[in-house]
Amino acid sequence: MLKIDNLHAIVDGKPILKGISLTLNPGEIHAVMGPNGSGKSTLSYVLAGRPGYEVTEGTVALDGEDLLALEPHERAAKGMFLGFQYPVEIPGVSNVQFLRTALNAQRRARGEVELSAGDFLRLAREQADALGIDMEMMKRAVNVGFSGGEKKRNEMVQLGIIDPRLAILDETDSGLDIDALRIVGQGINRIMRKPDKTVLLITHYQRLLDTVEPDFVHVLADGRIVRSGGSELALELEREGYGAVAA
Amino acid sequence: MTPDDASIRNRDAQEAADRSANYEWGFSSDIEQEFAPKGLNEDTVRFISAKKNEPEWMLEWRLKAYRAWLTMEEVSWAKLDIPTIDFQDAYYYAEPKAKEKLGSLDEVDPEILRVYEKLGIPIEEQKVLAGVEGARKVAVDAVFDSVSVATTFREELKKAGVIFLSISEAIREHPDLVRKYLGSVVPQRDNYFACLNSAVFSDGTFVYVPEGVRCPMELSTYFRINAENTGQFERTLIVADTGSYVSYLEGCTAPMRDENQLHAAVVELVALDDAEIKYSTVQNWYPGDAEGKGGIYNFVTKRAMCAGARSKVSWTQVETGSAITWKYPSCILKGESSVGEFYSVAVTNNRQQADTGTKMIHIGANSRSTIVSKGISAGKSNNTYRGLVRVNGAAENVRNFTQCDSLLLGSDCGAHTVPYIEVRNPSAQIEHEATTSKISDDQLFYAMSRGLSQEDAVALIVNGFAREVLKQLPMEFAVEAQKLLGISLEGSVG
Repeated sequence: MLKIDNLHAIVDGKPILKGISLTLNPGEIHAVMGPNGSGKSTLSYVLAGRPGYEVTEGTVALDGEDLLALEPHERAAKGMFLGFQYPVEIPGVSNVQFLRTALNAQRRARGEVELSAGDFLRLAREQADALGIDMEMMKRAVNVGFSGGEKKRNEMVQLGIIDPRLAILDETDSGLDIDALRIVGQGINRIMRKPDKTVLLITHYQRLLDTVEPDFVHVLADGRIVRSGGSELALELEREGYGAVAA
Repeated sequence: MTPDDASIRNRDAQEAADRSANYEWGFSSDIEQEFAPKGLNEDTVRFISAKKNEPEWMLEWRLKAYRAWLTMEEVSWAKLDIPTIDFQDAYYYAEPKAKEKLGSLDEVDPEILRVYEKLGIPIEEQKVLAGVEGARKVAVDAVFDSVSVATTFREELKKAGVIFLSISEAIREHPDLVRKYLGSVVPQRDNYFACLNSAVFSDGTFVYVPEGVRCPMELSTYFRINAENTGQFERTLIVADTGSYVSYLEGCTAPMRDENQLHAAVVELVALDDAEIKYSTVQNWYPGDAEGKGGIYNFVTKRAMCAGARSKVSWTQVETGSAITWKYPSCILKGESSVGEFYSVAVTNNRQQADTGTKMIHIGANSRSTIVSKGISAGKSNNTYRGLVRVNGAAENVRNFTQCDSLLLGSDCGAHTVPYIEVRNPSAQIEHEATTSKISDDQLFYAMSRGLSQEDAVALIVNGFAREVLKQLPMEFAVEAQKLLGISLEGSVG
């Protein structure tokens, strides 16, 4: 599904990614772990097309198509979703309005029929219920006045509503308590653990991986993948620390 | 700036240029005009009055205004760069060539109906115009190039006792009412443009809602400037008698022209005891091209007299058009416990300039006012909120709340807030809040990563910013206004 080949990227003129290669196939969940400053968030932003994150070398192909040539919203329409580490507030725009506009923009781009207000509300209610989120919250402005945990859960509701083929989840676990972590983890499994879907899970800690078991774990250090392995690699990291494993 | 940013910027600039080369509503229709001779003198005033079959008192009123205007000077205090206007190089009267007095829409020139269609008159009103049964009733008094050519629902309004006429008709049919109130809120000499309007106003709307009547439908008028070099001088007078209610909608777009067009309207509202008037405007006159060439100059005087106890006037405006906007819908809160409200969204893009706001003059005890102003600036535009809250010495327990928020798109535009507060009674409670913010790259990227194009993302964020004001609009206008905000800001972020 996603093929990253020798990806180099700079931010503010400073090299951050220094040659990353990864192949993510349908049905796979990949975890990328690494210490602060290793380039994890940069990787997610480059893949989603954030302005200011400049690719200097290498390629990224989504189903064989040059991903880097696409605008962020075009990538979304192709089925890519980025879960934000710090979800952004949009005052005056309700979650329902935001997501319906976004989802229908994607559907239009794919030549699909737009969802009616009623159909969309049913979908939103279903997904909110599954994550234990009150519909009242869905009517509030996007992330405005939400706690850190609520924002992260809101990202998962968005994931469920948009139902992408490829999810890049950037530290979705940070700032969550144990219960919320389990709910979010179960949400990821329910929405994304499917034969035709792929997840790139970026995380600091093993915790989330107890619920969402990855098929592959990659260790990122100084802009390069220094080790790859199965889910047991995450446990080794937890035990021995990045220093030992990445050395 | 990274090279990626630069290419996005260049592409957006190109797209914006292509779009404005093709202003969505920049067409002009081809209807024979009967012009007053070019230029302005007493003969022009007499010509207009004669064309309207006006009574002698009306002509005298106009001539008095014209003579006063000659002694006045253009305003210069606004934060506007106003080019010199040659008042002799314009026509002051043009009307679609009338065949005969029209009784129904069927008789309207199909060319005019096509123009309305292109304008995208809201579907509800189209249904009403087409006579669809069960359609929500909105009376449309269509002002086409200075003359009302069609009035619908006159009968139903008549049953309720509501008078809804073009001002010319009202002058002939209800001279006492017009004479009593015309110029009572905005005196002839109030300002340069109001005075000019008093001399040469060509047409407009008159509404009278009798005592205790709740107007059975929203009243709606479409203004449209159509003749090259024709200044548009509309005159609107709305009187709500004791205990009555009326909601009035005004909306407009204009065709593309190379020469600047002057628009100087006057709107007067009078609310007696316990009466309420809701006046909503969506203004989308041609703003000029990216360099500011060809846009409308909009110098409007709108003022309400809350004359009666517990009377209420609410102004809501969405201003996206015009090259220059100079407009301060105001309330004189004379009645005890009267209420004035002003909700405004003003968008400026490219080279547009807007200096707009309100005046709340508190004279009556316990009078209250609310001001919510949302200014959105993009391109190289300048957007100023200018507002006055005045509390007279005898006005006890006055309350005012003012909120002015500015949103900036890009770094070449300006937002200015100029509040004047004059309080002469210590019991007054005046609150003023102001914020200035920018659409953040974070917000844009967040929305785009969910599938919205950059322009849709900007439109969504801006609509969120303006929500408090937009929700004041009647449904007919709210949807249109939301779209308009997006269209007005296309290509403004790069």
